[in-house]
Amino acid sequence: MDGLIWILSLLDSMVRLAAPLFLAALAGFYSERAGVIALDLEGKMLAGAFAAAATAAVTGSAWLGLGAAVIAAMAMSLLHGFASITHRGDQVVSAVAINTIALGLTAVLANAWFGLGGRTPNLEAGARFGEITLPLAETLRPLPLLGPLYAEVISGHNILVYIAAVLAPLSAWIAYRSRFGLRLRAVGENPAAVDTAGISVPALRYQAVLISGFLCGIAGAYLSTAQGAGFQQNMTAGKGYLALAALILGKWRPLPTLAACLLFAFADALQTRLQGVAVPGIGEVPVQLIEALPYVLTVLLLAGFVGRAVPPKAVGTPYVKDR
Amino acid sequence: MSTATRTDGLPWWATALVLPVFNIALALLISALVILAIGEDPVGALTSMLAGAFGSGTGLGYTLYYATSLIFTGLSVAVAYHAGLFNIGSEGQAYVGGLGVGLVCLALGGWPWWLVLPLTILAGGAFGAAWAAVPGYLQAYRGSHIVITTIMFNFIAAALMAYLMVNVLKAPGQMSPESRGFDDSVTLPMIHDMLGAIGIETANAPLNLSLPLALAACALVWLFIWHTRWGFALRTVGANEHAARYAGMNARRITVVAMALSGALAGLMAINELQGVQHRLLLNFPAGLGFTGIAVALMGRAHPAGIIPAAILFGGLLQGGAELAFDYQSISPELVVVIQGVVILFAGALEHMFRPALARLFTRSAKPVGA
Repeated sequence: MDGLIWILSLLDSMVRLAAPLFLAALAGFYSERAGVIALDLEGKMLAGAFAAAATAAVTGSAWLGLGAAVIAAMAMSLLHGFASITHRGDQVVSAVAINTIALGLTAVLANAWFGLGGRTPNLEAGARFGEITLPLAETLRPLPLLGPLYAEVISGHNILVYIAAVLAPLSAWIAYRSRFGLRLRAVGENPAAVDTAGISVPALRYQAVLISGFLCGIAGAYLSTAQGAGFQQNMTAGKGYLALAALILGKWRPLPTLAACLLFAFADALQTRLQGVAVPGIGEVPVQLIEALPYVLTVLLLAGFVGRAVPPKAVGTPYVKDR
Repeated sequence: MSTATRTDGLPWWATALVLPVFNIALALLISALVILAIGEDPVGALTSMLAGAFGSGTGLGYTLYYATSLIFTGLSVAVAYHAGLFNIGSEGQAYVGGLGVGLVCLALGGWPWWLVLPLTILAGGAFGAAWAAVPGYLQAYRGSHIVITTIMFNFIAAALMAYLMVNVLKAPGQMSPESRGFDDSVTLPMIHDMLGAIGIETANAPLNLSLPLALAACALVWLFIWHTRWGFALRTVGANEHAARYAGMNARRITVVAMALSGALAGLMAINELQGVQHRLLLNFPAGLGFTGIAVALMGRAHPAGIIPAAILFGGLLQGGAELAFDYQSISPELVVVIQGVVILFAGALEHMFRPALARLFTRSAKPVGA
C-alpha cells in the first residue's frame, strides 16, 4: 500500500510539473508551426510569471494576475514579431534579446517595486490558484486502484492544470481539423503557397506569435501564482528551453508533445525523490544524470540517432514577397 | 547572419562607428526610461554608473578584468558568426574549458605559472573546443540545428560540471562544491603586482596577465579570419555555403573547425576567471559572461577591433552596475542585463530597421536632389 501511495504521489507531482511545461511547449507549437522560431519561450514565461505575481500581490486576485501575465507575454510576442516578421531580423537573435530583456527587466522592476531583492511578496491563498477537488473524488476513493488514482492524481489540481489538459486535444483539433490550423501549418512549411492563395503571411504569423504569447502568459502565471506563491528572480530557470526540447521530442505535434512533457516532468519528479536514495541493484543514481536526460535526448533526436525530428521547413526564415 | 555583404552604399565607418554608437545611445535611452519609470534620476544613476566603472583605479581595474573575459567570449561568438553559425553555447564551452584549466592547475601544483600557462591555454582551449565541436559536427554531418544543440549543451555542461564538482572535485571536509585552492605558484600574476614591482603604483583590482593574453587572441583571430586561407574558407562558408562547396571547399569540415575554434576561445575565458582570480574550480563560474559575449560580438560587429571596445563597454556596465546598486538601493544591478538585451535587439535583430534609414540619409547627402 505504501508503494501505491508513493507511485500516486509521484504521478501527482508529474502532472503538476508537466502543466507549465506543456503550456509553454504548446506556445512554441503555434509559433514554430507558423515558421517563427520560439526560442523566446523562456523570456515570455518569465515576463508572465512576474506580471502575474506582481498584479496578484497588489490586487489580491489571481485572475487579474493571469490577465496581466497574458498581456505581458503577448507584448513580448509582438516585439519578437516586430523584429522577425515585420523587419525580417534574425529570429534567433531577436529571441535571445527578448530572453535577456525579460531576465533583466523582471529583476529590476521586482526590486524597485517591492524592495525584496528581486522577489515579489508571498501571495495569500486568495491571490493564488487553489486546488480544486473534482466531483465525487472522495466518494470514489474506496474503489480499488481507480478510486485513489482519480482522487490523488486527477483531482486536486488548480484550474490551470485542467485548462492545459483541455488545450491538448483542442490544439490537435485546431491544427489538423480547422481551416486556421491548415493555414498555420502551411505558412510554416511553404509561405509562398499561402501567399499565392491570397492569405497574408505576416498576419497569419502575427496571430501565431500572439497565441504563443497568450499561452506563455498562462504558463508563467502558473509558476508564480499556482505552483509557487510569488515571483523569484529567474524563476523559469530554463523551463522555456525545456519546453522547446519537449516540442522537438514531440516532433512539433500537440499530443506527442504532451507525452514528452509528461516524460520530462516524470523524470523531474523522480529526480527529487531519488536524491540520496540508493536504488536496489543500481546504487545511488546521480541526480545530475536525470537532470541532463531531457537535453541529451533532444540532441540525440535532432541528430537522428534516435528517430528523426524534422522541423517545419520555413522555420526561422523571414518571408520575402517577390515583386 | 549577414555582416559585410551589404551593398547599400554605406561607407565602412558608418557601419563600424555610427551604427554601434547609435545602438548604445538608444540602449542607454531605454534604460534611462526604465530608471525614470521606477522613480529615480536617470542622469544621476548613469553618471554614478560611469564613475563606478571608469572613475577610479579600482573601478577601471575591475572593468578591464570583466572586459578580459568578455573579449574571449565575444571572439568566440564572432568566429562562429563568420562561419554563419550562431553559437549560443559559449557559456557552456567556457564552463567545460574551466575544467581543463582547473585540472591542469590542480595537477601541477608547485610549477611556476609561466610553465603552467601554456598548458592551461592548451587544456582550456581543448576542452572548450571539444565541447563546441560536437554541436558543430552534428550540424555539419547530421543536420541538427546548431542553436538548439548548443543550448542543450549548455544545460548538459551545467549538469556534468555540477556532478563533477559535487562528487569528484569537491575538496574534502568542505561544504560548498569547490575544488581545493590552486597552488600559489601556478596562479597568474596580477597587473597591479607586476606594475608595483617596477615601481608603478596602481589600484588593487583582479586584473591579471590574462588581459594581454586576450589582446593577443584578438590579433591572432584577426590574422586568422582575414589573412589566412583557412579564414577565407571560413568566411566563404559563412557567406554562401553552396558557393563554398562549388569552389571545392569542404564546408562540413570547416563548420566543425569553426565551432572548435569558437569553443577554444570561450574556454580560454576560464584562464582569467580561475587561474587569474578565483584560484580554485567552482560552480557556475562563467556567471553569464558567455551570454554577454553575444552582445559584445554583435556590438563589435564580429571584428576584434570592435570587440575590444565593446568588451570594455560591457565590462564597464557590469562594474558600474554593481556600483550603481550601492548608490541607489532601488536600482538593482540587473539593469545591465536589460541594457545588454536592448543592445542585442537593436544591434542584432533590428539591424534591418536602422540600416536602410541611415543608408537613405547617406545617399541623400551624397547626391543632392536635382544634381
